[in-house]
Amino acid sequence: MSAVRKDYIRPVDFKHGRVDMTHGGGGRAMAQLIEELFAQAFANEWLAQGNDNALFAPPAGRMVIATDSHVVSPLFFPGGDIGCLSVHGTINDVAMAGARPLYLAASFILEEGFPLGDLRRIVESMAAASRDAGVPVITGDTKVVEQGKGDGVFITTTGVGVVPPGLHISGDRAQPGDAILVSGTIGDHGVAIMSLRENLSFETTIESDTAALHGLIAAMVAAVPAIRCLRDPTRGGLGTTLNEFARQSGAGMLIRESAIPVRPQVNAACEFLGLDPLYVANEGKLIAICPREDAEHLLAVMRAHPLGTDAAIIGEVIEDPHRFVQMDTAFGGRRIVDWLTGEQLPRIC
Amino acid sequence: MKYIDEFRDGDLARGIAARIGAEARTDRSYHLMEFCGGHTHAISRYGIKDLLPPNVQMIHGPGCPVCVLPIGRIDNAIELATEHAAIVCTYADTIRVPASGGLSLMKAKARGADIRMIYSAADALKIAQDNPQREVVFFAIGFETTTPPTAIVIRQAQALGLTNFSVFCNHVLTPAAITHILESPEVRELGTVPLDGFIGPAHVSTVIGSQPYEYFVEEYQRPVVIAGFEPLDVMQAILMLVRQLNDGRAEVENEFTRAVTREGNQKAKSLVAEVFELRPSFEWRGLGEVPYSALRIKEAYASFDAERRFGIVYRPVADNKACECGAILRGVKKPTDCKVFGTVCTPENPIGSCMVSSEGACAAHYTYGRFKDVAIKAAEAVVE
Repeated sequence: MSAVRKDYIRPVDFKHGRVDMTHGGGGRAMAQLIEELFAQAFANEWLAQGNDNALFAPPAGRMVIATDSHVVSPLFFPGGDIGCLSVHGTINDVAMAGARPLYLAASFILEEGFPLGDLRRIVESMAAASRDAGVPVITGDTKVVEQGKGDGVFITTTGVGVVPPGLHISGDRAQPGDAILVSGTIGDHGVAIMSLRENLSFETTIESDTAALHGLIAAMVAAVPAIRCLRDPTRGGLGTTLNEFARQSGAGMLIRESAIPVRPQVNAACEFLGLDPLYVANEGKLIAICPREDAEHLLAVMRAHPLGTDAAIIGEVIEDPHRFVQMDTAFGGRRIVDWLTGEQLPRIC
Repeated sequence: MKYIDEFRDGDLARGIAARIGAEARTDRSYHLMEFCGGHTHAISRYGIKDLLPPNVQMIHGPGCPVCVLPIGRIDNAIELATEHAAIVCTYADTIRVPASGGLSLMKAKARGADIRMIYSAADALKIAQDNPQREVVFFAIGFETTTPPTAIVIRQAQALGLTNFSVFCNHVLTPAAITHILESPEVRELGTVPLDGFIGPAHVSTVIGSQPYEYFVEEYQRPVVIAGFEPLDVMQAILMLVRQLNDGRAEVENEFTRAVTREGNQKAKSLVAEVFELRPSFEWRGLGEVPYSALRIKEAYASFDAERRFGIVYRPVADNKACECGAILRGVKKPTDCKVFGTVCTPENPIGSCMVSSEGACAAHYTYGRFKDVAIKAAEAVVE
């Protein structure tokens, strides 16, 4: 009998295996990891072709592109993990132009020694987030760095989308008199992450708000095409995003502290950590600025969407050559909401 | 938030503000110093000044632990990390205080020094246990509030027999600083700093009690009202001070009865007395050498004293000439009187220590209140 023996490749050991240098070496081990993990999880026609790129026909209209690197620590946190976060983050950055996100690309930097089981959990979470959002990951890359030169896994995602005609959404378009809206409670993501940090660890029922907001945005721009600015207040939180709008638009902002939705648990955590919820990160919230006369309608549309039930009008754009963001405090005084100094907490997303 | 919201109620605040407005006499002014940075922060963050009549003025005191730390002590801490290769652990804001040669602990960290930001003294002890082959130094700063936890970790380190842990002690004392201000020529002889009364420390007083302030009201005839750090505490304390001044009284009153007693925390005080002793003199940024104003580690715990262990030599370093932190800490000047405020000195690139901590007078005004300066300048322009 001289029949050729049937190929047998031992499957990737997701139970006990760990990332080693060969997984990024360009050889069989890498090909196997891509095939058994990434191609299966993300399963789509582009990945099935096995090219280093993905070909698609550009849709009519203006296109938008955004990229975002994710280095969150810890990798798994209440309400999510680095996988779904890396999908939501980039979809949101694309959608904030009023765009319909179309495709994602993902790049992984893995640290030697990282458990393959954890990698599978992360990739499957990413794949689920991408399926739920209807935005496929159509190309990607994997690199491995030596132990001690990474921190488990870093993920960079890039997204493209198309902007419907008639929309002109940009951070430099806020005008005095415009209304400022927020889509829900602020600070949830940052507090969920902080609750797990080794030198802080406290118990909380707060979960990260990580979510893809393109559905909410589609409803908003359909109802109020005159929306001027949209942005997700991630690192630096609401306070930072408003300062960015103020600087870009050359206007001031005046918000009311009592109108800003904050969960009591987030307030309590911030209280004992000495943080201000205005600067704590969000991953599933947006700030919108629209003409005053559209504000109530926009608010109603936002509240009708599951990701906007706690939406609120929190203030207005004012004339101010100094571009200060001011806040009427619940206490009755007025103060600046300034740019954040230093950083409140590193590696939040 | 239970037990928090009650002390931030806007309606109550307006009620107290109305009473202050009604009771403050229009034929005199009220210059009140809040000693603590915690109060400074509350006043700025909640916009308390907006609720006060113009003749009730708040003067920011030196009670910000980061702000009073002299440059030379930060230099010492950097040397511990760079020359002795120690892991230096400290509280957050300390990391950003400018030191000599354009350095800070944060910049030293970026150059490879092992500096760790911690939330509690116990974290430093844990780091020492986890790194038995490394020297671990806790760079301890703060007033009487943070001193007892430092005493505890020193005792714990001794109980655990740790040989790689020590404390670089920079704990300072509130009463000595208040005396120093009241004794300053600007207050005593020149009268250029009118100082009618004090809002007394909140957390410090939970440890030392209200009794130590009785000497000030007696000796200097200035009323002291101890107040909590919530904005309503501050408002209520201002009203109590206005009333004392109207009545010609100078007493220690306690607004913060929910946490402060006359005797303070006996257990904490005895812990501190067991581990620490008075230094004959200590340099404060802005105030200079102040006698008997700081603590050092007693001989019995000498092996945990970083100063003895590493033979630290203190070299005083003068502040940047343009910086007015010294005068600001003594209440002689306001942040806006400083030429570099908001120009070359900002929270991102602090020249002086008052711009570092959110409790510092300059940082608090820059972060929360500087939009008001624009209005003042505009008004001045109209007058001119």
